[in-house]
Amino acid sequence: MLSWRRLSGVGEHELVPQARLSGPMPWVIAIMVALTVIAAAAGLALHNAADATSAELRGGVTVQVVEASPEKRTRQAQAVVRRLGQMPEVESVRLVPQDELDGLIEPWLGGKAGHDDDDYEGDDAAAIPVPALIDARITGEVTEARLAAIQAALRGDAPAARVDAQSRWLKPVLDAIESLQWLAIALVALLALALAAAVLLAVRSALGANRDTIEIVHLLGATDRQVARVFQRTTGIDAAGGGLLGVALALVVLLFLARRFASLGAGMVDYGALDWFDWIVLGLVPIAAIALAMLTARLTVLRTLRKML
Amino acid sequence: MNQAPDGEIVHFDNVGLRYGTDREVLSDVSFTLYPGSFYFLTGASGAGKTSLLKLLYLAQRPSRGMIRMFGADAITLPRDRLPALRRRLGVVFQDFRLVPHLSAVDNVSLPLRVAGIPERDIAKPVADMLEWVGLGDRMHARPATLSGGEQQRVAIARAVIGRPDLLVADEPTGNVDPDMAIKLLRLFEALNRLGTTVVVATHDVHLLKKVPESLIMRLDKGRLSDPTGALRYPPKRATAGAGEDEA
Repeated sequence: MLSWRRLSGVGEHELVPQARLSGPMPWVIAIMVALTVIAAAAGLALHNAADATSAELRGGVTVQVVEASPEKRTRQAQAVVRRLGQMPEVESVRLVPQDELDGLIEPWLGGKAGHDDDDYEGDDAAAIPVPALIDARITGEVTEARLAAIQAALRGDAPAARVDAQSRWLKPVLDAIESLQWLAIALVALLALALAAAVLLAVRSALGANRDTIEIVHLLGATDRQVARVFQRTTGIDAAGGGLLGVALALVVLLFLARRFASLGAGMVDYGALDWFDWIVLGLVPIAAIALAMLTARLTVLRTLRKML
Repeated sequence: MNQAPDGEIVHFDNVGLRYGTDREVLSDVSFTLYPGSFYFLTGASGAGKTSLLKLLYLAQRPSRGMIRMFGADAITLPRDRLPALRRRLGVVFQDFRLVPHLSAVDNVSLPLRVAGIPERDIAKPVADMLEWVGLGDRMHARPATLSGGEQQRVAIARAVIGRPDLLVADEPTGNVDPDMAIKLLRLFEALNRLGTTVVVATHDVHLLKKVPESLIMRLDKGRLSDPTGALRYPPKRATAGAGEDEA
C-alpha cells in the first residue's frame, strides 16, 4: 500500500504530529470561505447590475414637450421627433405612446390622469396635462454640452422642451450601488485578513504545543523550511477541506437568494445575474483561501523559528 | 569535508557560557578535537558537562570566546547554515529526546529523512541498526511504551545511523545494563575506527578504561582541567592512552 510518506517523498510530514496542528481550523476556514464567496457574489452581482443599467442608459436622451394645449403639444412633439431624426448624432428616436405614458404615471396619479384631450369623458379634475415624452438615443456619451446643443436645436420647434440625459435619473442609484460594491470588496479583504489571523493564531499555538519536537528535529539538522513545509501541508489540507465545505455552504445560500430575487421580477435585479466569468471568480475564492492559509502558515513558522537557534 | 587547514574538527578558544545573569557555568574552556579521536568528558554533577555538550552540538551559543566547527566559525555562522553542520553531528541526549509520536523505527529514521535520503535507502539500515541494538522486536513501539534502557538504545541508534563526523553522547550508558553498555561502547569504537570523532560524557570511571586510546577531558566547576595543555595544544598525533592518568 502506498503511504503518505512515499507520496510526499521524504516523509517530512512525520516530523511533527499532524493531528495536533489541525483543531477547529477547517471549520473556521469553511465559515470564512462561505462568507467571502457570498460577499464576492454580491459585489459581482451589483457590478453586473450597475454595468448593464449604465450600458442601457448610455446615450439615452429624454425630451419632454411641456405644453398645456394638447394639440400644440402633439404638434410640437411630432416636430421634435422630425428634427431629432435629421440630426446625424441621433441613432434612434421614438415618441412615447400615450398608453405607455398612462402606464408610467398610473401607480402615482391613477388611470385618468394625463387625459386632458377634448374627447376624454372622465373626471376633469383628474385630467392633468402630462408632457409628451420623446425617447432618443445618440452616439457617444451624453454630456451637458451636447444636451444644451440639442435643446438649442429644438427651441424653434418646441420652445418649452426640456432635454435630459436618462442616466441622470439613475445616478444616485448607481452611486449607491458603487458604494455597495466597495463595501463588498472591503468585506472580502477583511475576511481574508481574518482568515490569515486565524491561521496565524492556530499555527502559533501548534508551534508552541510542538516546541520540543521542533527543537529535536532542528538539532538533527532539519531546516526551518522543512519544518515550515510540515505546517504548510497540514494547513493546506485543512484549508482545502474547509474551502470545499465553505463553497458548498455559500452555493446553497446563493441559490436560495437567487430564487428570492428572481421572484421580484425587477429589471435591475435581473441584470445582477452572475455570468460564467463571475462563477470562475467565485470558484477561485477557496483556491485563494488555501494559498493564503498556506502562505500565512509558512511565514508564521519561518518567523517564529528565526527566534530559535 | 570542510575542515580547518590543520585537520581539527572542533576548536574552542576561551569559551565562556552563562545562562542569563547567573555566574558562568563554563569559563575559559579551550580545546581542540581532531578527526578520528575518542574523548571522554568527565566531571562531577554540575561541573558543566551537559552545557559543554550543548555548545558542541550547537544547541547553545557561548557568552564569549570562539568556537570553530568543521572549519566554520560557529558563533557568527548564519542560522540557515547551522543545519548543514548539525547533519554532520550525531547526538545522544541525556534525556534521550525521542519524538514521542514516532515509533522507534521512525525516530531512528529521522536524521536520514531530514537529510533527504530516499525512503528506499532508509528502511534496511534502520532495521539493521535497531536489530543490532537489540530492538528488532520493538521497532514499531512508541517511546512511551519502551523502558528507559530501550529508549536510550533508540537514541543511540538515531545518533549513529547517519555515520556522523562527530558523535556527542551525554551519559549514553546510564540506563543500560553493563553488557549492553560494553556493546554500545564497542559500537562507538567501531564508528571511531571509521573516522567518527567521539565525545562521551560519563560519570562511569570504569567505562574510561574500556577504550584505551581515548583522551580524557575533565571539567571542574566549569573549567576544563588541562594541566599539560594536551587538549589545547595536542601533539601532532594523539597518543594511545593519553589522559588515562586523570581518570
